[in-house]
Amino acid sequence: MPDVQQVLTDRFGDAVQRSVFRDNVRYIVPVDRLIEVMTLLKSEAGFDYLADIAGIDYLHYPDATDRYGVVYALANSETAERLYIKVLVNDPDPSVPSVYPLWKGADWLEREVFDMYGVAFDGHPDLRRILMPDEFEAYPLRKDYPLRGRGERHNFAPVTRAES
Amino acid sequence: MKFPDFIVTQLDWLANQARANSLWPMPFATACCGIELMSTASSRYDIARFGSEAMRFSPRQCDLMLVAGRVVMKMIPVLQRIWLQMPEPKWCISMGACASSGGVFDTYAVVQGIDRFIPVDVYVPGCPPRPEQLIRSVLDLQEKIKATGTVNAREFAARSEYEGPTSLAIQLAPDETMVVPGDYSTSTRLRD
Repeated sequence: MPDVQQVLTDRFGDAVQRSVFRDNVRYIVPVDRLIEVMTLLKSEAGFDYLADIAGIDYLHYPDATDRYGVVYALANSETAERLYIKVLVNDPDPSVPSVYPLWKGADWLEREVFDMYGVAFDGHPDLRRILMPDEFEAYPLRKDYPLRGRGERHNFAPVTRAES
Repeated sequence: MKFPDFIVTQLDWLANQARANSLWPMPFATACCGIELMSTASSRYDIARFGSEAMRFSPRQCDLMLVAGRVVMKMIPVLQRIWLQMPEPKWCISMGACASSGGVFDTYAVVQGIDRFIPVDVYVPGCPPRPEQLIRSVLDLQEKIKATGTVNAREFAARSEYEGPTSLAIQLAPDETMVVPGDYSTSTRLRD
């Protein structure tokens, strides 16, 4: 199995930024080359398992240049290597190409990131909310959304004793 | 002395005795309070001593709704529908801090007390309450039924007003934020 760093730098050169923190290898990838990178990692570097997709909101984060981050945690089931791929997107209409064609398990993971951060995944077959109710309008894990919400939790009619 | 084989009493009294001593709970357990509820029902505490052992998982066969645990906003339509499906007469116990007030979960998704949406008869404080407290709440509810119950449930018709809390004086506006835990030197909350 070829070395991951070799494979990525051969193909993409300076377009991907590598960093290492406590044995975690991370790459920051431009969003328009995400599918290319992921396809390469899956087919040539053996990263056959998508462990997780996470969202990040960098609002008020020190020295942040972009608003949102989407992090893909990949695993190689033969060598037990792990790899983190990050893409950065911005308002308005943050969107990332879906990796559903590569890993079917991305279905619900991408729906969760969409539900919580409002990052759209282009090409996702069924991009709906997964945790919050369908009529919910905000994206609750964005940093500019108040902790107590905007009154959504109280928008129900009470049932009184005489009418029940 | 020969006793007569009949007694003279009010029908209300008879109905109240029957209802109070056979409260059938509908366990609406969503969180850790449910564990204490199970403990209350099992042999050590044995809620059967008070006639409430018949947990029915269908609301149509129950007369006591036991809400144990935090309730999120997505669950409120379900909670209200289950409450409406229960036949009269029926009562509700709000078990634990979360069901009664939202507890520590003061967030966008958790409702701040089920009494904002359905009528509640007895509140049980605690996080979670001990089984003794839950038994006490059942006994309190029995006393309430014996004191106020009527055979045709007239007492419920009088409760036509919303019984939940008015908007809390200490509740902050939605755009106000909380200080992260650890800043205890100033007030615990901060305006945006």
